[in-house]
Amino acid sequence: MANLTINGKSFTLDVEPDTPLLWAIRENAGLTGTKYGCGIAQCGACTVHIDGIATRSCGISVAEAEGKKITTIEGLASGNTLHKVQEAWIAQDVPQCGYCQSGMIMAVAALLAEKPKPTDTDIDEAITNICRCGTFQQVREAIHTIASA
Amino acid sequence: MNKHVSPKLNRRAFVIGSTALGAGLAIGLDIPFGGPAVVRAADGSPEINAWVVIKPDDTVVIRVARSEMGQGSLTGLAQLVAEELECDWTKVTTEFPSPGQNVARKRVWGDYSTGGSRGIRTSHDYVRKGGATARMMLIQAAANEWKVPASECSAANSVITHAPSGKTTTYGKVAEAAAKLAPPADVKLKDPKDWRLVGKGVKRLDTPDKVTGTTVYGIDVKLPGMLNAAIKDCPVTGGKLKSYDEAKIAGMKGVKKVVKVGDTAVAVVADTFWHAKTALDALPIVWDEGENAKVSSASIAKWLAEGLEGGPAYVGNSNGDAKAALAGAAKTVEAVYNYPYQNHATMEPMNATALYTADKCEVWCGTQNGEAAFAAALEASELPAEKCDVNKMLLGGGFGRRGQTDYVRQAVLIAKQMPGTPIKLLWTREEDMTHGRYHPITQCKLTAGFDADNNLTAFHMRISGQSILASLRPDALVKGMDPATFAGLNAKGDAPFGYSVPNLLIEHSMRNPHIIPGFWRGVNVNQNAIYVECFMDELAHAVGQDPLEFRRKLMKEHPKHLAVLEAVAEKIGWGTAPPQGIYRGLSHFASYGSYVAAAAEISVTDGNKIKVHRIVAATDPGYAVNPAQIERQIAGSFVYGLSGLFYGGITVKDGAVEQTNFDTYDSMRIAAMPKVESIVMPSGGFWGGVGEPTIGVAGPAVLNAYFAATGKRIRSVPLRDQNITFA
Repeated sequence: MANLTINGKSFTLDVEPDTPLLWAIRENAGLTGTKYGCGIAQCGACTVHIDGIATRSCGISVAEAEGKKITTIEGLASGNTLHKVQEAWIAQDVPQCGYCQSGMIMAVAALLAEKPKPTDTDIDEAITNICRCGTFQQVREAIHTIASA
Repeated sequence: MNKHVSPKLNRRAFVIGSTALGAGLAIGLDIPFGGPAVVRAADGSPEINAWVVIKPDDTVVIRVARSEMGQGSLTGLAQLVAEELECDWTKVTTEFPSPGQNVARKRVWGDYSTGGSRGIRTSHDYVRKGGATARMMLIQAAANEWKVPASECSAANSVITHAPSGKTTTYGKVAEAAAKLAPPADVKLKDPKDWRLVGKGVKRLDTPDKVTGTTVYGIDVKLPGMLNAAIKDCPVTGGKLKSYDEAKIAGMKGVKKVVKVGDTAVAVVADTFWHAKTALDALPIVWDEGENAKVSSASIAKWLAEGLEGGPAYVGNSNGDAKAALAGAAKTVEAVYNYPYQNHATMEPMNATALYTADKCEVWCGTQNGEAAFAAALEASELPAEKCDVNKMLLGGGFGRRGQTDYVRQAVLIAKQMPGTPIKLLWTREEDMTHGRYHPITQCKLTAGFDADNNLTAFHMRISGQSILASLRPDALVKGMDPATFAGLNAKGDAPFGYSVPNLLIEHSMRNPHIIPGFWRGVNVNQNAIYVECFMDELAHAVGQDPLEFRRKLMKEHPKHLAVLEAVAEKIGWGTAPPQGIYRGLSHFASYGSYVAAAAEISVTDGNKIKVHRIVAATDPGYAVNPAQIERQIAGSFVYGLSGLFYGGITVKDGAVEQTNFDTYDSMRIAAMPKVESIVMPSGGFWGGVGEPTIGVAGPAVLNAYFAATGKRIRSVPLRDQNITFA
């Protein structure tokens, strides 16, 4: 059993403590917006916020996440008001297949929380998610659009 | 359809009907564009015809048969229907009719196959007719109500107007009556110059759900009572499952069943995927790997190299006598190139969910070919067509991989062993990386001859390597030859060679290792463009000519090729000095009905770190349905192609694929992304593809720029094997 706080809600989940947080989120909490891509913290599709920090949820265990504030893509908006990154993603038509975008958006939201006006170098260093469709040009443009708003 | 034909016969019919290579299938063109018997959508709204459902609130539901994997043709196809329908674009939604419905309705939606950049270019005509027919029926219904001639009525934005009386009504109000009308016999499509929606870069229809995590991909399917499966297939293709020791995982948490899947694989079924995977990892498995376990990348490379030197070969394109001309040439230039296996590595690993009962088999999956997935479900379930169906989900990437149905077959074979329980089969990334349908491996020897005045008189290109069709679609071979091998090298057709050389010979020594090949975005364009366009650059330098001028002389009879090449050359500033430390390269190619070119600007640090600053790209796809999405496809294709060039390369050891995840098969990140400047220059009169053609030109443009920077030729892919990386 594990007690997790996800998107402001408490979940008591029947999982072993060493279960990767990703699978607890997807299979036990039922929040499938967070994606599995590699399982070895390489691709970033499973990125969530843990106490505000972008974290690859396949790489940490449920035990490590207990007692912390976990935010997934489903919890990024405030009620019906989308987060500015989500708004920019729609305005810029960023996603193609969209599968990696939950993780991409969470990574970008964390970057902008830390650095509201990131340089290209900041972006290159912070955003290391894989996107096989290759949406990077729109991702960069959307980040700069938000930063200059 | 004959409901009693065997699954095998059905499958054959589907395979033939749905995957013909660029055949521009004319099936389904006797589409019933509506009729007196009203067909209703699930919510009771009337179909005007198979393509268009109008709800009472004026919502327009456009049916899209092709799959959406990120390429955007869901939106493009809807634009084509909506253009003729004259509906309110803000009220358009889309849905995928299932393959089972297509079979039940005599293939009313035609071909479902979504590959070869065919989504729009082979269905634009009948989907536009679907929209135009529906518009005419809606107008007729309003005219009937008003007792006026339909010719006095017009439609725009889902509103029908009778100008003489000033009466108006909406599509939603007349949809019921329209659905009862016979479709008009004569349907005229708009002249492209009158298009208002087609040609505009409207936003995709599928974006909002993709930014909130609510899009349901195959991996996200949830069904009541569903269990999850993890699978391991024999690491060596051609090998078999020998045995496994189920007792060793007895009692592991959540495990429900261990099942054999065909002759080659074993799966663990559990309450969660994590439990299934954990138990599978602990399961001792013995494989019978067979003869193929002796194969390695080195043995494949040796076999292919032998094919460069002589022996039988299929001739794909020839004119004059290249061998004689080479023998008499004043000067010859020769080079050998190679291009490796590549894995698709879609971000969403392969998966499918299946529910099997004695009288039903239902599948949920992302597929690029709904009908092929349906056929796989029929064959694996051994149920007849009317008892099977496939629910098509949005795809977390396709790139050609999801045109294959191996994962669908596996899911059904597992579900069949647990009747009544829905089973979601998900591959680990490791399974996905090691059981791909890989971009085929080839080598290529190029030989050119010049006369005493440095005119190119002979060009001989001999490809040695794997055929995709020989493995996946042997019925499409032509007297043993794989025509797809010659993408971009043909004398004519939708992938023509862009040069005229007096003596030309392009041939293929087919050598098929056991690694199963597949259609990987751009397919054979990837290596053919590198082979031809890097070698052309070599030839220009060999005779001391500017690479653009050298090409131009050979391209007089290829104006469409030349137009895109000149467009990128002009925009990059070819002929003017680049900024300090910046070097340029060019390339062009034609495939999938489109003409494309690229010009790259790079810098090189320490001789081996490449920074691609900028790529100017041009495409002439004939008609450009959505230029904004075309720009995204161009930039995206460069990411996929350059990832393969720099980081890719699947290698084989003891018969098995060595790479297992993104740590050993890496993919480009945003830091390496060049600024891509796209020139979309549709010249009209033909319909070319978009998703794939440009993938081939970024590589040679960058490699030619690398030569300009360093004086070194790179003829072997991937670059990581030569210690060359992104800066």
